[in-house]
Amino acid sequence: MRPLKSKIYILVLLLAICACRKDPQPLPSEISKVEPEPTSAIKGFYLVNEGNMNMNKASLDYMDLVNGIYTRNLYNEVNPDVTKGLGDVGNDIGCYGSKLYVVVNVSNKVEVLNVKTGKKIGQINITNCRYITFNNGKAYVSAYLGKVGDPKAPNGIVAEIDTAALSINRNVEVGRQPEEMAIIGSKLYVANSGGYSPPNYEHTVSVIDLPSLKEIKRIEVAINLHRIKADRYGDLYVTSRGDYYTIPSKLFVIDTQTDQIKKVFNIAAGNLVIDDDYAYIYSTEWNYIAGKNNISYNMINIKDETIMDRKFITDGTEKNIKIPYGIAVNPTSKDVYVTDAKDYVTPGKLHCYSPEGRLKWSVTTGDIPAHIAFIN
Amino acid sequence: MTQKHSAYAGKMQFFLFSSILWTGFLLPLNTWAQNDSTKKATQLKEVQIREYRLTEQSKSPTPLQILSGEDLKRINSLSVADAIRYFSGVQLKDYGGIGGLKTVNVRSLGTNHTAVFLDGIQIGNAQNGQVDLGKFSLSNLEEIALYSGQKPELLIPAKGYASASSIYLKTKEPDFEGNQRQQVELGLKSGSFGLINPSLIYRHKINENLIASINTEYIHADGKYKFRYTNGVFDTTAVRNNGDVERFRLQAALFGKFRNGKWHAQAYSFLSDRGLPGAIVANRFDFTQRIWDRDFFIQGSVEKNLSDKFSIIVNGKCAYVYQRYLDPDYVTTTGFLDNRFKEQEAYLSVSGKYKISSVWEVAYASDYTFQTLDANIYRFPYPSRNTFLNVLSSSLTLEQLTIQANVLSTTVIDHVKLYSSAGNKQVFSPTVMLSWKFLKDRDIRVRAFYKDIFRMPTFNDLYYTFIGNTLLKPEYTKQYDVGITYFKNFKNQQLKFIDIQSDVYFNRVKDKIVAQPGANLYRWIMYNIGLVDIHGLEINAKTAFEPFTNLLVNVGLNYTYQKAVDVTSKQEENYQDQIPYIPENSGSFLARMDCQNWHANYGFIYTGFRYNQKANNIYNYMEPWYTHDAAIGYEFKLKKGSININCEVNNLLNQYYDLIPNFPMPGRNYRLTLNYKL
Repeated sequence: MRPLKSKIYILVLLLAICACRKDPQPLPSEISKVEPEPTSAIKGFYLVNEGNMNMNKASLDYMDLVNGIYTRNLYNEVNPDVTKGLGDVGNDIGCYGSKLYVVVNVSNKVEVLNVKTGKKIGQINITNCRYITFNNGKAYVSAYLGKVGDPKAPNGIVAEIDTAALSINRNVEVGRQPEEMAIIGSKLYVANSGGYSPPNYEHTVSVIDLPSLKEIKRIEVAINLHRIKADRYGDLYVTSRGDYYTIPSKLFVIDTQTDQIKKVFNIAAGNLVIDDDYAYIYSTEWNYIAGKNNISYNMINIKDETIMDRKFITDGTEKNIKIPYGIAVNPTSKDVYVTDAKDYVTPGKLHCYSPEGRLKWSVTTGDIPAHIAFIN
Repeated sequence: MTQKHSAYAGKMQFFLFSSILWTGFLLPLNTWAQNDSTKKATQLKEVQIREYRLTEQSKSPTPLQILSGEDLKRINSLSVADAIRYFSGVQLKDYGGIGGLKTVNVRSLGTNHTAVFLDGIQIGNAQNGQVDLGKFSLSNLEEIALYSGQKPELLIPAKGYASASSIYLKTKEPDFEGNQRQQVELGLKSGSFGLINPSLIYRHKINENLIASINTEYIHADGKYKFRYTNGVFDTTAVRNNGDVERFRLQAALFGKFRNGKWHAQAYSFLSDRGLPGAIVANRFDFTQRIWDRDFFIQGSVEKNLSDKFSIIVNGKCAYVYQRYLDPDYVTTTGFLDNRFKEQEAYLSVSGKYKISSVWEVAYASDYTFQTLDANIYRFPYPSRNTFLNVLSSSLTLEQLTIQANVLSTTVIDHVKLYSSAGNKQVFSPTVMLSWKFLKDRDIRVRAFYKDIFRMPTFNDLYYTFIGNTLLKPEYTKQYDVGITYFKNFKNQQLKFIDIQSDVYFNRVKDKIVAQPGANLYRWIMYNIGLVDIHGLEINAKTAFEPFTNLLVNVGLNYTYQKAVDVTSKQEENYQDQIPYIPENSGSFLARMDCQNWHANYGFIYTGFRYNQKANNIYNYMEPWYTHDAAIGYEFKLKKGSININCEVNNLLNQYYDLIPNFPMPGRNYRLTLNYKL
């Protein structure tokens, strides 16, 4: 009897410790409430959180501006049947027609969702896809890797996708590690970075003729290009990230009539968004030699290409932003949205500023909030 | 009557230390043993009388856990990493499969704070400061010992004082009986993952003072195993690919004796070629990355008693480590990403111990290490490091009290061929420990230790392109530990012994080196930015009993509680959140049964819930996991030698779990071991 008693003691102790595993369940979304805007012309926007690499935590949030409801991480609740969810590193988002496109970089796919419900319609597989832009019923996706498994093929591509059939029609080879794209008229401009082979960065913008989908020329700009935005005057604003050591980041303006650089701004633009006649910019300049980050916020008058004195954050709250990572401007209300990625491994924040530059509200997002797409 | 009385007295000692109430559950074992003793005394059988002596663990002023001999042979483990899981206070980071990287974190201090010693000499890694324990096989290992704090011996190299915790691996020292001059052990393992693992140990007694030994092993596995991910709605099962591994190890050693001393030298070479199965994320289940390793070292040690008061030990080592990483998904202007690293190390240590009196000893040790790193990376500075360690230590061993104290001086001088170096650093680190047997006739001891130590930033932390930061300071730890140990053996009874250790501790990690965002998502910088507070409790209990004649059961049970929280800044939202990967509760249970020529064992490991990132929220939450391992075997005695067969089933209930998110661990798997010993 006694030996049994001791064995029971051991078993009870083990069971006491053993909190058993719960049955797996789809991850739920979470809600934050902010001040509603019942008269907002823009219904709301989707925000994609990149998630840290290998964590499979790319996530999708939705801001309902009319009712003031921010829904965090809705993808798993709306699409619980998708194996392993949205995926790893959500790199871009775009809204076109009735569909929402999310570019998931490390998962090698572009997710296509119903823009009203967030329900998955389909997916297009593209290895190492980066950014997306739209024109004339087609979506264009830049990708770092053109040919998989070929050591002699370092160039990237831009793939043309039929948005009705959701399949790749054709693609065109561009420079190495292409990033953002902008379309003016019937031409597509791609910023090439060449980031895989420092110090041998790319230094050009590839120009693609859309009807034939052929690269017709390269515009010489600067090394390690990243962002490219078109204004309504036929100009392109292109950022160069420099080499992180001695060559600083800069912002270039290219005239697409002449395909030449017409102005250089010594601003380390990390990201910018153009709305009407203004460019809203944040700069995160990291310098290895100095050993720290320098963050600043600026506005540029697009019409006369000058840096304005006016700031889009005027109440000093920009000091609370640790690492700005995304920026967007509401096309009707002119509110400015800036995201804070913090330390990349904790949930970030989304801040909304009034057109006068005062903080209206802030919400917690997923990990590394980055890209915003407005819906009508 | 007297026996019952002493049992009662034993109980009273326990209740005097009510803070360790956990140990109370083993009391029934104590009383039960006493009643059966009369029955046992009448049975006169010719059995091998094994005496269970006071264990090292019980006497040690610092917490010590040991896996040795029979336990090690039958522990359902292929490598040192698998065996370490059965220790308390340990968190294993395992990327899955046989070839997956496996590193250990002791008491939540961080992987870089644990030093690994092979036969008393540290296995170094200046590049990232982490030893992949999956590379070290259990074949030919006599003992794995884990010390929290440090090994409480005076005559050890200065490196033995220089880490927050230490793991000592001891190669089996040849032991010849009678006229035996040769020993051969042939082994073959096979089983799941397409495993083929032959091994050979050959020992030759050249003369009375010289023994040679050769140990070689080959592993080939396809690394395939099923894994499953589900959220209750989607449910996908797939096979891990690109996890193939091919490894070869050759160790040659010489053991020598001379008047008043002994020496030992060994040469070690390890070659590995494996695939790196990446993180399983949506739409991505196949990988092509590969890693090659070539590790070589020779090391030796000479120990001599120069007089009856003065002893000396000299250690030396030369090492060359090469690693190559290939990534076909990353195409540069010169082809696939192909990183090659070459690390070289030279080490010399002299320790001397002097007996001032019968109770007072003093020792001094001095170590010099030279390390360099070459890499074919853009903007690599080619660093080299000179480390001078000098330690003065002393111990007082009274009848019931042992106290030991030491001060370690660390001087580090870095040089670089290009760009800037981290410069020089000088740190003094004290340690105090004691063990007090407060009752003369009982093996109950109170022990405590305080250790102040740090770890240097590694070459990767300081110099790696885009990530390194030469302004980094060392990462400091302070450990405070108080514990109680109890040992009792029983003669002529079914219960053989009870050995219990229980410790509560508080650790603090200051200036924790953490990766912070740099220019963008793919650029990180290392910063001294963290502060972590750790409160923990560990209980280890071991016992052996013989419920029936010829059936011997050994049981080990341990439990760990850890609250390791981030206290870097009150402004941060994760202030006081549990740090990543540390479970609040974990434990293990190991039972070994021997009955004549049969042997069996059962192991159970439990790891409670934890978070895989800093914020303790539902998206970072990881479910608890637990596995059951069982094995059964038989030993045939032949005319010459013996054959041992062992069959293992691991993760018996086929639980699918991840240690690192998206790196699945194998479900149920099998292994068959055949061993021939001459």
